[in-house]
Amino acid sequence: MTVTHTYDAVIVGAGGAGLRAAIEASGRVKTAVISKLYPTRSHTGAAQGGVCAALGNVEEDYPEWHAFDTVKGGDYLVDQPAAEILTHEAVESIYELERWGLPFNRTPEGKIDQRRFGGHTADHGARPVKRACYAADRTGHMILQTLYQQCVKRDVRFFNEFYCLDLLRSDDGRTAGVVAYELATGELHVFRAKSVLFATGGYGRMFRVTSNAHALTGDAPAIAFRRGIPLEDMEFFQFHPTGLYRLGVLLSEGARGEGAVILNRDGERFMERYAPTIKDLAPRDVVSRSIYQEIKEGRGLGRKGDYVLLDLTHLDPRVLEEKLPDITEFARVYLQVEPKDEPVPIQPTAHYAMGGIPTDVHARVVVGPDEEVVPGLYAAGECACVSVHGANRLGTNSLLDIVVFGRRGGDDMVAHCLATELPAIDDDVTTPTRDLLDGILTRRDGDNAADIRAELQDSMFDLAFVVRTDEGLGKMHEILDGLRERYERISIGDTGTVYNTDLMEAVELGYLLDCAAALVAAAQARDESRGAHYREDHPLRDDANWLKHSLAYRQDDGSIRLETKPVKMGPYIPMERKY
Amino acid sequence: MVADPVSVAEVLNTSEERRVGGSHLMTLTLRIRRFNTEVSDDPWWDEFTIHVDPYERLVEALHHVKWHLDGTLTFRRSCAHGICGSDAMVINGRNALACKVLVRDVAPKVTIEPIRGLPVLKDLIVDMEPFFDGYRHVLPYLVNDEEVERERTQSPEERHRFDDTTKCILCAACTTSCPIFWADETYIGPAAIVNAHRFIFDSRDRGSRARLGILSEKTGVFRCRTTFNCTEACPRGIEVTKAIQEVKRAILTGRA
Repeated sequence: MTVTHTYDAVIVGAGGAGLRAAIEASGRVKTAVISKLYPTRSHTGAAQGGVCAALGNVEEDYPEWHAFDTVKGGDYLVDQPAAEILTHEAVESIYELERWGLPFNRTPEGKIDQRRFGGHTADHGARPVKRACYAADRTGHMILQTLYQQCVKRDVRFFNEFYCLDLLRSDDGRTAGVVAYELATGELHVFRAKSVLFATGGYGRMFRVTSNAHALTGDAPAIAFRRGIPLEDMEFFQFHPTGLYRLGVLLSEGARGEGAVILNRDGERFMERYAPTIKDLAPRDVVSRSIYQEIKEGRGLGRKGDYVLLDLTHLDPRVLEEKLPDITEFARVYLQVEPKDEPVPIQPTAHYAMGGIPTDVHARVVVGPDEEVVPGLYAAGECACVSVHGANRLGTNSLLDIVVFGRRGGDDMVAHCLATELPAIDDDVTTPTRDLLDGILTRRDGDNAADIRAELQDSMFDLAFVVRTDEGLGKMHEILDGLRERYERISIGDTGTVYNTDLMEAVELGYLLDCAAALVAAAQARDESRGAHYREDHPLRDDANWLKHSLAYRQDDGSIRLETKPVKMGPYIPMERKY
Repeated sequence: MVADPVSVAEVLNTSEERRVGGSHLMTLTLRIRRFNTEVSDDPWWDEFTIHVDPYERLVEALHHVKWHLDGTLTFRRSCAHGICGSDAMVINGRNALACKVLVRDVAPKVTIEPIRGLPVLKDLIVDMEPFFDGYRHVLPYLVNDEEVERERTQSPEERHRFDDTTKCILCAACTTSCPIFWADETYIGPAAIVNAHRFIFDSRDRGSRARLGILSEKTGVFRCRTTFNCTEACPRGIEVTKAIQEVKRAILTGRA
């Protein structure tokens, strides 16, 4: 049985971007939010260190400095007009969160306190600047809670534990809604709508070591990809330097903002060699590569020599208690290390997708080098690529991205809904989804999804992580072809209709395989090193050939076609990236 | 800067085991309370024995069972590091998040049941709607319509006043450990009170009168009998009972 709902605006995903869009749209047009999790479970809640805005509450700062840092941090692949919007609208966005009750830490004068963060500098790289507004080391938690509170206040309509499985488009290319699976009952629901905003987050679960939640499986990017929409800049995936060893659980860059340093096995603060000016506060791609280099040259620790240390022992214990309590607890619980007494073992962890569904600055999904707008389709947050993060996102800019472009997307959806009619849909729109699910449910004695997922995660970690080569990516491509073949034959143990998470995990694995295929294809084509994409066989940036975005299209036979589109430049001329 | 070489060497020598995980796997038997209306009208118990890294999280042991032994085993989880609040369960009789319990702390045998006081829907999944109804009932948002140009100010002391209760992740470990809640589902429960506390003691909020009114109703804060189960259950270390007492006092004295 299929249930049909009709809304003006449907938002898929209830993390920061989805909730912020919902606040904007609800009350103005009939709005629904579909989320595979309860909204407060979304991974925005795991963000720790802060959200940047040039408030100048603690020291001199300007949005223009923030824009420069964002562009340079992104290794000049950032679309500069988008970065200017991000950094200028940051200021009002933070005040708005404060007015909605977000409990920021405060200065002695009672203003929003600010601290240092990687890659954020005063006066175009001269020195680190205190720009990150924060609520202890649970800033993302407080943003998620605050936005959800505002949704409760506005009586936003949520469909919790509904998995979006397909995007509906009318014959003339307009967005017509989505198909969703109700986890509690196994029923399919058709949500007809004039506009859809995707805000499903990232896809870090394709890697073995990741800070990402199990839920981060690239749902919207894969669904869009299958419906003919390209994915932009997929080769750029951020590896955060300070993940808890083996587990990948994030230890905030806010720790280094408060003075923590990274040490090798000789006890040397090695970032002084790699980034003499801002040292441990260099951007994440730089620090992760430096850690890789230390490990490669035999200065890692442990039996396998494959980790380094984050040292917080010299910090005032009150700083740990008041400003970094959560990460202190993570070290205690998961590694039995007491951070005030001994350094914490860390390694780079797959953290954030810079790439995703291409959008303009109104969060409208755009296709091709000429950026043709897909009417009624929007994306915001990590699943989208505006691109404000370019080749490497600066810490804190993701929380900023979700509130700035979530708001912009919600606002533009309203305008679109008011100006358009509900597109017609065919009677059998759920057929592809039914075929997908029935295929998995009816097959017996097929391959085990968990085995395929583990192989995907292990091989992506080995071949497409901090350091990549043409050879390794070619091998990864072959592995993915094999995994895809096996995926077509999977079967699962739970064939029921009630809370069948076994079925949904199998579907999610399909999304991960699609996103990984796009990532690997784009990474193999880009024979240069830029930001988070480091090619050992092409270690230099190549602006002459590669100062451009990649677009990956899924073709009917499952193969991937690549094209490029120009970067939108602005005041900042690409120069060598030194810190 | 060079750290004291002794401390690094010491770390190398003494704590290698715990940070790389055990060199050996441990045997763990999971005894799990099952329920599935598509199989039986009554709940039952299943046991699974697996070999697992002692330093692995219990939620990953559950994944091991689901992915390799019984795909029908069903539970909620997402972040797997104690922030999203999805995987509250009764573990060896006490409420906890399965992602914050290590295998070595419960081996060789662990009993896992769904949290209590909410209808079980399948295995370890309960109906969270009554829980969120309680949350929504306390006006869990800042009430203040005064015009502000930029930001409101708040002293560090004022901010500190409600710091503890801002940590809540709505996992329901507290509420479902409360014997009053088990006996009477109309009781609003500790988590809702915690979330009310977060605003009642926020110097920027103007909604306390309405909120305290709601909490002084029959279903509200005075049902609490200070058994402290909630405080013990909270995976975020929130002093839940203390927060409840502070709300009671605010009602009795008429001020926050």
